[in-house]
Amino acid sequence: MSQSKQQVFRLKTGGRIDRSRTLSFTFNGQRYQGHPGDTLASALLANGVDIVNRSFKYSRPRGIVAAGAEEPNAIVQLGSTEAAQVPNVRATQQALFDGLAACSTNGWPNVQRDLMGLIGKLGGQFMPPGFYYKTFMAPASMWLTYEKYIRKAAGLGRSPMEADPDSYDHLHQHCDVLVVGAGAAGLSAALAAARGGARVIVADEQEEMGGSLLGSRETLDGKSADQWVARVLEELAGCENVTLLPRTTANGYHDHNFVTLHERRTEHLGETAPVVNGRRPVRSRMHRVRAGQVILATGAHERPLVYAGNDVPGNLLASAVSTYIRRYGVVPGRQLVLSTSNDDGYRAALDWKEAGCEVVAVVDAREAPAGDWVDAARAQGIKIITGSAVIEAKGSNRVTAARVAKIDIGAYRVSGPVQELACDTIASSGGYSPVIHLASHTGARPTWRDDILGFVPGLVKGVHACGGANGTYALGDVLAEGVEAGVKAAAATGHAAQPVNLPSVERLQQGPAVALFQIPHEKSTLRGPKQFVDLQNDVTAAGIELATREGFESIEHIKRYTAMGFGTDQGKLGNINGMAIAARCLNRSIPEVGTTVFRPNYTPVTFGAIVGRHCRDLFDPERYTALHQWHVERGAEFEDVGQWKRPWYYPQKVNGKTETMHEAVARECLAVREKVGILDASTLGKIDIQGPDAREFLARVYTNKWEKLAVGKCRYGLMCKDDGMVTDDGVTSCLAENHFLMTTTTGGAAAILEWLELWHQTEWPELDVYFSSVTDHWATMTITGPEARKLLAEMTDIDLDRDSFKFMEWRAGKVAGVPARVYRISFTGELTFEINVQANYAMHVWQTLFKHGEKYGLTPYGTETMHVLRAEKGFIIVGQETDGSVTPEDLGMQWCVGYDKPFSWIGKRALTRTDTKRENRKQLVGLKPKDPTVVLEEGAQIVFDPKHAIPMPMVGHVTSSYYSPTLDSGFALAVVKGGLKKMGETVYLPMADGQVHEAEIVSTVFYDPKGERQNV
Amino acid sequence: MSNAATFDTRTDTAIPVESPLAFSYRHSGAPRAGSSSRVQLRERAMLGHLILRGGAIVLDEAVRDVLGISLPGKPQALVQDASGERSIQWLSPDEWLVIVPSGEEFPLETQLRERLGDSHYAISDVSGGQTVLEITGEAARELLMKAVIYDVHPRHFPVGKGVTTVFAKATTILRRPSEERWELVVRRSFADYCYRWLLDAAAEYGVNVEQ
Amino acid sequence: MFYIYCPYCGEHREEEEFHPKGQAHIERPKEPEACSDEEWGNYLFFRNNPRGVHHEMWVHAVGCRKFFNVTRHTVSYEILETYKMGEQPTITADSQKQPREAAAVSHQEGVRA
Repeated sequence: MSQSKQQVFRLKTGGRIDRSRTLSFTFNGQRYQGHPGDTLASALLANGVDIVNRSFKYSRPRGIVAAGAEEPNAIVQLGSTEAAQVPNVRATQQALFDGLAACSTNGWPNVQRDLMGLIGKLGGQFMPPGFYYKTFMAPASMWLTYEKYIRKAAGLGRSPMEADPDSYDHLHQHCDVLVVGAGAAGLSAALAAARGGARVIVADEQEEMGGSLLGSRETLDGKSADQWVARVLEELAGCENVTLLPRTTANGYHDHNFVTLHERRTEHLGETAPVVNGRRPVRSRMHRVRAGQVILATGAHERPLVYAGNDVPGNLLASAVSTYIRRYGVVPGRQLVLSTSNDDGYRAALDWKEAGCEVVAVVDAREAPAGDWVDAARAQGIKIITGSAVIEAKGSNRVTAARVAKIDIGAYRVSGPVQELACDTIASSGGYSPVIHLASHTGARPTWRDDILGFVPGLVKGVHACGGANGTYALGDVLAEGVEAGVKAAAATGHAAQPVNLPSVERLQQGPAVALFQIPHEKSTLRGPKQFVDLQNDVTAAGIELATREGFESIEHIKRYTAMGFGTDQGKLGNINGMAIAARCLNRSIPEVGTTVFRPNYTPVTFGAIVGRHCRDLFDPERYTALHQWHVERGAEFEDVGQWKRPWYYPQKVNGKTETMHEAVARECLAVREKVGILDASTLGKIDIQGPDAREFLARVYTNKWEKLAVGKCRYGLMCKDDGMVTDDGVTSCLAENHFLMTTTTGGAAAILEWLELWHQTEWPELDVYFSSVTDHWATMTITGPEARKLLAEMTDIDLDRDSFKFMEWRAGKVAGVPARVYRISFTGELTFEINVQANYAMHVWQTLFKHGEKYGLTPYGTETMHVLRAEKGFIIVGQETDGSVTPEDLGMQWCVGYDKPFSWIGKRALTRTDTKRENRKQLVGLKPKDPTVVLEEGAQIVFDPKHAIPMPMVGHVTSSYYSPTLDSGFALAVVKGGLKKMGETVYLPMADGQVHEAEIVSTVFYDPKGERQNV
Repeated sequence: MSNAATFDTRTDTAIPVESPLAFSYRHSGAPRAGSSSRVQLRERAMLGHLILRGGAIVLDEAVRDVLGISLPGKPQALVQDASGERSIQWLSPDEWLVIVPSGEEFPLETQLRERLGDSHYAISDVSGGQTVLEITGEAARELLMKAVIYDVHPRHFPVGKGVTTVFAKATTILRRPSEERWELVVRRSFADYCYRWLLDAAAEYGVNVEQ
Repeated sequence: MFYIYCPYCGEHREEEEFHPKGQAHIERPKEPEACSDEEWGNYLFFRNNPRGVHHEMWVHAVGCRKFFNVTRHTVSYEILETYKMGEQPTITADSQKQPREAAAVSHQEGVRA
């Protein structure tokens, strides 16, 4: 790295920077110095850095243009280490800190000597709008190849390749009044609302609150404007009902006054959040604000004039020139030419002159400018050239001269001889555009106002615009409008107005501005040198003109064709100029051309703030059962079932080697079939149903009958939606005459509870019944296998005799000393007891089972084994065998449908529709691969005739498929058209690799077809 | 009696129990930031939790007779007895959450059922299914703002209020029994997620977990 | 993100607490077996998709778990009113022939933002 350079463009005095301290930073590897209070942009200008980037499409050198969020060129990559990389930061919005490291996002190998620039200069002629579409889209298959090179050349910043060390979060805010922007309008609005007692949030995107008042020439109550700012901020900071959020950008304005604010909490301190007392504060925070009322005091952006060569470094906005001089103590050049259409632009010339530098000339498009600032400029001896404009900036890496000529705005032509004025800086002002982006997010259409030559925001309910955002620019009016908005907003949220004495402001005499956007050149727009409209997206006036010639008339189409206002720029500087150019070409007015809609986000938001704390192990809730600790210690692999973590299988070490899943599942399956296994089934949904009409309700929501289910008995039930398609299943037990416990699938628990409430609340409120979730209250331990009874008998007082505690019954008693309800139901086909205890006791009972279970070979099994065992029995899993298009009859479960029940239960009517009665519906069958070593792929398509020409008619698919250690064969469940009548027939499953598997259609029950084992 | 089955799920105290956070303490620990902590967390484990459903008119008198507190009829209301040990919270126009000291829930349910006779109502014991997390300290409110979408400003959330709302990506009941104290009632299966979330979000304030 | 007034909780709550349940006021035919296939199909599958005032059913899923109705403008997304199950809307497409802003202001219940 070379030695630090001097800050040659830094003024000796003035500005809001601290010259007593020096900060060191690097830009593109070069070391520079600046001061606290600087932005990266002001520090670069102080050091005379002209070129900060290469342009997106033409790779032209670009310099700093603006001083705020609207900056289109100075977009940098931050970070000295890989983990700290941040792309797409505007140098104008990045506070300088010691050690800051930045580089250009564009330019290869560097911005000074850009190889791509050569291509840009050559290619520029050949890159009209729509160039990419026209050139690279054919043949479409080649786009991926082209894209790689285009992206490399374009350089849009890059994301870090290492984990971010910082933390980010969200804060849910609620307030009566949200004030966006803390300039003159925002501060007076906040003051009025706060004094009225409303809960107020003030968000401002800059390092310091105060907006344009921080660098204003004007006085309030005879004092400099920043003194008034300080006084107001002090009062607001002292109000308990006010939250001040500096460095906070309102980026999105969503429905019903929901606004997202992005607060950069430590970005001004270092590239990662500094550790304080061993704690690392949150780097960046998203405030999710629900506001009663929103006040948009977002100010206005100055519009640059569009002239040839207006992208050469050294072309700046007039207001930015003033801001750099007055706020940062930096003059961004030596010799200034100002081109303006209005009085406001003159401020830049006055500030420049007062900073001791040369104003070559003010070039005013108006014939007879008159006003206080014009007079002040004359009094200072500044040369004013009237009726004229800068028609072209000369220079390549920096402005060297301005070509100035008389222009005829009405006829859109250069009307006089051209003179060349040597200078290094051209400032331009085409007037102001209210910042209407946020209002535009709400969908409200902005309105064009001829008197201010700009769009003012359309407003939805509960939003107010004031000051520059509303097209009001005179300081006295801005303050008054702010107070009015504050009073109205507070009143709308029930807070009475309190008096606010406005400071006295000298009323300036200003002459009218002239409507001027694109400056004519001696050559036509298409033939002359480039005039840039959107610097960030490299959109030129010629591009827009060409678009209109090619038939694009709506500004929305022109925008898409040219890319104007795209991406992170969102048309802050260019959109109005672009519309004006389109309007001129189409011979229409600006509002007739339309307006573009700005979208969130206003400026780029780091992903960290969007994600907040919802990342890494907090990305999504993980639900654990009361036995989770045991599963973890036992080395279980887990499967996600909804948000639950369920043990999938428990691999063991055998001879020093860990079992594969296949080995573990085979071992677990055999243990259940031959001895006894145990499953944590706590995740099943459990709904407590009470009330005299509980039984009637069950009869209406289940397909089967419930009227005769006695206390102490359990029954399997199938649930359909009213379209007749299966939606859930489970066992429901009768606890008392008016009391049932329903179990649902693990994933369906919440939805089924809501489903029951839906029908109760909307269709059958007359039924006396209540539903409450008790899923988490009970822990459920399923012991299953031939030895289950012997094991349980050792630790319970319940009589387990097969005749006193029958299959599909439940009993209450104690297990391992803990009160338990035990259900004799089976999902494995083996003798099974489901032990339910209050979850806080679960670990004790589980461990006691293992103490007693060792001698019986008690084996924990997971969901994979559960799936194999139930599939061997042909038991369905809703969501696996069903997909919302499967009826009970499709599943061959007519035994579970009570067609003769008195009430037309949910789904019944649909089951007699012609479509649900069709004979060739896909029906659930078993598939036995001809080759027993084959395990068919789940989801594999089934055909009847593998010799059929492609495309073959597909007649079904595999829903479940496993290897069965009990059968020592692969087996599957599948849905096949008309399958129930095709037992014994052969089907074919053509695979992607060309293999075709053969399988025989068989019964869904592969094991113990008579169901004797569960009934012992 | 309303012909429902009641079941005392508790047993003698010699049998070990594990609170919903038992796993979390082992896994994530219980940080002690010492005197500089601005947030304190404490689990009030093993309390008795009952869900009470029915019409307010049906339930009110019985609740007052048996528990000595009147049933809050106003949405979002939370009432407590003088000791603060027993509380009833409005959950919906026909649903309330009753929290009582450990072991009181079954006698309470039995008494209520005796008192309510044949009326239509429901009582469900959910003591094993949820736990109470108490949050105190000067940064408690800001911590809640990070996780809870509901407005916790004192003007909007005075003492004696309780709501069911979204906590991070889970659901919680949030209540404010006293000026300094907030309570989260979290479901057992979500307790570890909520605990880890709170530790992570509170790290910048320094957090003390009292076990 | 909507801000929805729950008529049972008596206050506005964030959209995350609610689930939308589609068009409101769809009644299950009292005698399903008396319906033709077409009538049953209409009940099951056919819904309005108006540009303008629409009545929807929502449930306060993370909250009181009650179902209720919302009158919402499908262009502006403005919620014009919310009302309990079994009640009828006071604002309909017909009553909205006047400019919608005016009507929205005149009917304050359930509307803040």
